[in-house]
Amino acid sequence: MNLSSSAPTPRSPGLASRIGNFIDRTFQYWTIAPLVITLLLLVAYPSVQLLRMSVSEVDIVKGQTVWTFVGAKHLETALQDPVVPVAFKNTLVFVIAVVIIETILSLLISILVSRSRHLVGLYRTVLLIPLLVPPIAIGTMWRLMYDYNYGFINQALALIGIAGPTWTASPKLAMPSIILVDLWHWTSFMFLIILAGLESQPVELNEAARVDGATETQILRYITLPLLRPTLVTAVMLRTIFAFKVFDEIFLLTGGGPGTATEVISLYIYKVFSGQFRLGYASFLALALALIISVFVIFYRRLAQRTTA
Amino acid sequence: MRKISFEPIFRHGLLMLVVLFTLVPILFTFATSLKYFRDIISGSLAFTPTLVNYQRLLDPSQSNFLRLTFNSLIVAAGTMVIVLVIASLAAYSLSRFRWRPLWSGLLLGTILFIHMLPPVTFLGPFYLIARALNIYDTVLAVIMGHIVLNLPTATWILLDFFAEIPKELEEAAMVDGASRFESLTRVLLPMIQPGIAAAGALAFIFSWRDFLFSLSLTSTPRGMTIPVGISSFVQEYSIRYGEMAAGAFFAMIPALLLVAFAQRFIIKGLTLGALKG
Repeated sequence: MNLSSSAPTPRSPGLASRIGNFIDRTFQYWTIAPLVITLLLLVAYPSVQLLRMSVSEVDIVKGQTVWTFVGAKHLETALQDPVVPVAFKNTLVFVIAVVIIETILSLLISILVSRSRHLVGLYRTVLLIPLLVPPIAIGTMWRLMYDYNYGFINQALALIGIAGPTWTASPKLAMPSIILVDLWHWTSFMFLIILAGLESQPVELNEAARVDGATETQILRYITLPLLRPTLVTAVMLRTIFAFKVFDEIFLLTGGGPGTATEVISLYIYKVFSGQFRLGYASFLALALALIISVFVIFYRRLAQRTTA
Repeated sequence: MRKISFEPIFRHGLLMLVVLFTLVPILFTFATSLKYFRDIISGSLAFTPTLVNYQRLLDPSQSNFLRLTFNSLIVAAGTMVIVLVIASLAAYSLSRFRWRPLWSGLLLGTILFIHMLPPVTFLGPFYLIARALNIYDTVLAVIMGHIVLNLPTATWILLDFFAEIPKELEEAAMVDGASRFESLTRVLLPMIQPGIAAAGALAFIFSWRDFLFSLSLTSTPRGMTIPVGISSFVQEYSIRYGEMAAGAFFAMIPALLLVAFAQRFIIKGLTLGALKG
């Protein structure tokens, strides 16, 4: 009898291949696990912490975190805090202004680009740059541009005999100056989305209309723009939601000043958190901001579903 | 019979104004970074170019900028690798298997949600987590923040690429005896290389750009990244324009390289997030 033929029979597979089979059958779960764990640790857990913090005082005493439950105290503080309404108002003014101006500009630019055959690559390349540059570098560039004595703008104005203002240090001009920087940074974002929308439009419709004697303005008014509506809605809603995130450039250019002229809610939350080290109150304000954004996101989802349906 | 049209001239003229508006701050900053202080304050167009600002910036005995560059690179590369692993596995799982809409909806909904929330919302909890894990003021704390920041876009990009691969390819590999893991690593991942490149490049650049997480999760050059360094430099020495400009231009280099070499991937990635949401 040949003893060497006692290899494993097909009926009882080895442990390794059994594990292999098991992994294969459950591969769906192994591959999603890292994402689920990350979301639990870095999103779900922090969200619960945020809720807890917003009803507590949190202090770090000798390296230990000390929690004291305070209930709705932070709500009362917020209602009496004179900066809160100003910060919300400034944020709203900023968001509305940049969204309206950037929508008009990006629509205009993308229509002009989509009608061009030459130089399209150049326009697209140049307009992509502001979206990838670090916002702090953008802030620094514009600090140099706005500098009262040696900035590009005031030096250019001096050439034609105008004494330039102090821009970011002037209570009246600070917010418009910030808005201009945001236009530089973010107009490209809506431009890229709208241009993608325009380029995906069927050209046959325009040609048919042209054959039928429609003017370019009519084509724009009755074909291009109506077809663009879903893209435009998406772009505007996204830009609105992202505009609430504004922080870096204001931090660097004005720090919220002069006074509270450019104080926005993100910046104020950071100051409460880092400058005053009131973790609980900062978390309460952050939670309030998150709730406002959530309403926007839900509204946006509904709108997006309706316009694409 | 057709009239000579002035429309193209007008159109390109307007667009050139936009190009000019975009480029002037960058060029002015670049020029300033190459100027001696006397040339900056004289304001004349002609100047003697010098690298002295960059030398000062990168001299370890005068500034910690090199250390911060090193941190920024570690943070961006670390974030990129971790995000790519998590996002590509998840995108594979979500696009190749049948999931109950409840679960996939919950995951994708959460991802959408964190993409839209202002990062300032995470500050308090992340600060406490970093403290508890004893990683406050290290690059690890910053990476933790940047993972959350970059997961959504990477997942969307990779989902889109996985969706374009026909199911039969993977089935063929498995008929040939490959395990799921082998078919993923040897068949599918090589096919979505452009997607991985796009997702990776965007994760790198958005980590490199970030300011808020580094600002609030670090306090010394031990874990700080470049944007925090620039910001404290600007606030401390508001008159040292040359070095300020050099720092800003230095921080822009990865973005300029990406625009020059990987533009198409990036545009697709940037607009995809928008259209997916």
